[in-house]
Amino acid sequence: MEPAPSISTIEAKALLSPWQLFWQRLKRRKIAMAGGGILIVLYLIALFAGFIAPYRFDDLNTDYSFHPPIWPKLQGFHFVVPRYEPGSGTFVYRLVPNDTKPLHFFVHGDNYKLFGFIPATIHLFGTGDPHHPVYLLGTDQFGRDVLSRLLYGSEISLSIGIIGILLSFTFGMIIGGISGYFSGWTDTIIMRLCELIMSIPALYLIISLRNTFPPSMSSTQVYAMIIIILSFIGWAGMARVIRGMTLSLREQQFVLAARSLGQSHLKIIVRHILPNTFSYVIVAATLSVPYYILGEVVLSFLGVGIQEPNASWGNMLTAAQNTEYLQNYPWLLAPGAAIFITVLAFNFLGDGLRDAADTKSL
Amino acid sequence: MNLLEIKNLKMDFGKNAGALRAIDDVSFTIGAGETVCLVGESGCGKTVTALSIGKLVPTPPAHYVGGEILLNGQDVLQMSNDQLRNIRGGVVSYVFQEPGASLNPVFRVGNQIRESLKLHRPEKANNEEIIRLLKLVGIPAPESRIRNYPFELSGGMQQRVMIAMALASEPKLLVADEPTTALDVTIQAQILELLSELKQRLGMAILLITHNLGIVGDMADRVAVMYAGQIAELAPAQELLRRPLHPYTKALMASVPKLRGDADRLSAIPGNVPRIGNFPPGCRFAPRCVIARPECSKEIPRLIEVEAGRWVRCPFWQAS
Repeated sequence: MEPAPSISTIEAKALLSPWQLFWQRLKRRKIAMAGGGILIVLYLIALFAGFIAPYRFDDLNTDYSFHPPIWPKLQGFHFVVPRYEPGSGTFVYRLVPNDTKPLHFFVHGDNYKLFGFIPATIHLFGTGDPHHPVYLLGTDQFGRDVLSRLLYGSEISLSIGIIGILLSFTFGMIIGGISGYFSGWTDTIIMRLCELIMSIPALYLIISLRNTFPPSMSSTQVYAMIIIILSFIGWAGMARVIRGMTLSLREQQFVLAARSLGQSHLKIIVRHILPNTFSYVIVAATLSVPYYILGEVVLSFLGVGIQEPNASWGNMLTAAQNTEYLQNYPWLLAPGAAIFITVLAFNFLGDGLRDAADTKSL
Repeated sequence: MNLLEIKNLKMDFGKNAGALRAIDDVSFTIGAGETVCLVGESGCGKTVTALSIGKLVPTPPAHYVGGEILLNGQDVLQMSNDQLRNIRGGVVSYVFQEPGASLNPVFRVGNQIRESLKLHRPEKANNEEIIRLLKLVGIPAPESRIRNYPFELSGGMQQRVMIAMALASEPKLLVADEPTTALDVTIQAQILELLSELKQRLGMAILLITHNLGIVGDMADRVAVMYAGQIAELAPAQELLRRPLHPYTKALMASVPKLRGDADRLSAIPGNVPRIGNFPPGCRFAPRCVIARPECSKEIPRLIEVEAGRWVRCPFWQAS
């Protein structure tokens, strides 16, 4: 049992703001901190995808279809990249002895746009020779570098989760807040609408919503469409919970106090009621991001999401649904591993946030 | 013209057959700069009457059946939402019973006062004014306090912040709904002293709701005693305390424990407060009244002016 805290430590705690207390409790949860750390690394990688990726996502090299991963070897103090050439039989590659190239860092390569708008050609690593490739995670059926596609795909897959959550939670909170605050027939209409949306199996809803959009769209339009579809499904659950919390919060005296100052209904909802739900919302958001990432995977897997040649984790996995491919070219499952790690990291972080937000667990 | 005139206010909770009359024929006035106390037992309609001044009772379930609430000559019950938002804070401000619950737990107190300023005096919504207000209500080191969260302040400090919020909009009338009930006695005295000091400095009127007759003597110019949704007696404070006329007021005063007395038991009014919707016919106090007569249960007595400024809802006030 811990010794009883002395008076001075109790006072020190009382002087911390709620966020500082929250952070202190979160820091004690190592798994959550690890999850958060992994996510920061993943998002940084996605941010610098063009720089880290040695090739472009649509760089075809049909001579090297289904090339296994090429790993640089340490020779003295340098990494060298071995070379393979197509052998007899399909997709069989033979090591070319004594033909190595040193692995360079910060090499010039293909054009890309850093953060989407700064033109650049410097890549983190590469051989500098297009005929002597380095495929850390092998290639797919068109000879495209899986690692590069994975990195470009992370831009889409990881951002869809965050933007989708922002959109659906903003709507869910405002609509739920209005529903709970005004109650009466407003509440009845909004809640029946939520239940309607929630009662339809998500997959059918996704596919039928997809059909309301034109079949061929630019990749940006598809990206926006996926976010809209997933948010359209996601807001209802959030609205219901926020509505319930608002029903109890609106009876609090500080709401009456705000009204007695002449504050408007909308500002009372946005400024006084919703901020009191934030500790729940942050946890719920963290735990919901994986559904959005998986939602994109489902859409792309069904072929109605991000279209080739653009890369997303979902449409890369589409290539891995053939069992023969899976047996022979297991590196095609790399996006699956990426999804697994991301979803797990979000869940670990979300669980930790929930424990830290629960003041009773102090 | 009086600052506030409530005339024959009648309010129900619910409608039609299920309607429960919470306020029945309540009339009183508050002049500019005057302090009026509203006294009565729990559930007698004090708070609902006070909230009605800003039309803050949610409708539905509340339902105004009749009467007027004239604030600066304008009927609050007829006002549009925009007009209501202007008078709330602008003319009448509120301080409630539980200071801890009246402050939003997730905002720094400085920002909560700023909100009040932004609504009614936007040109003054700055830190200097917030600090001035906190100083005005006697908060030490206001420069650092504006960054505190409500839970970091004691109950007395929280109530001072609430008063600062209410004063920020420079109201003509401050409604204090049992502002000291949740505080301990020494803090109670400080808060009441603060209120009367502010009243003199700022020249505003105060409607003070309490069930503590000791506070009435210290603070009030006039007193309205409420019982079961009606005003039982309305009189200047000192006269009422010296010579209560309504049997209910007398019973109420008799149940205040005396500092020097040899009584073994506290005297209490026999019976219970009738529940709303279950009022006895005729005089609502009759079943508990020591001077009740059979005719008391026939019809509801009217509020009559028995002396200048003294109103009593009892035709037999001269008895006993």
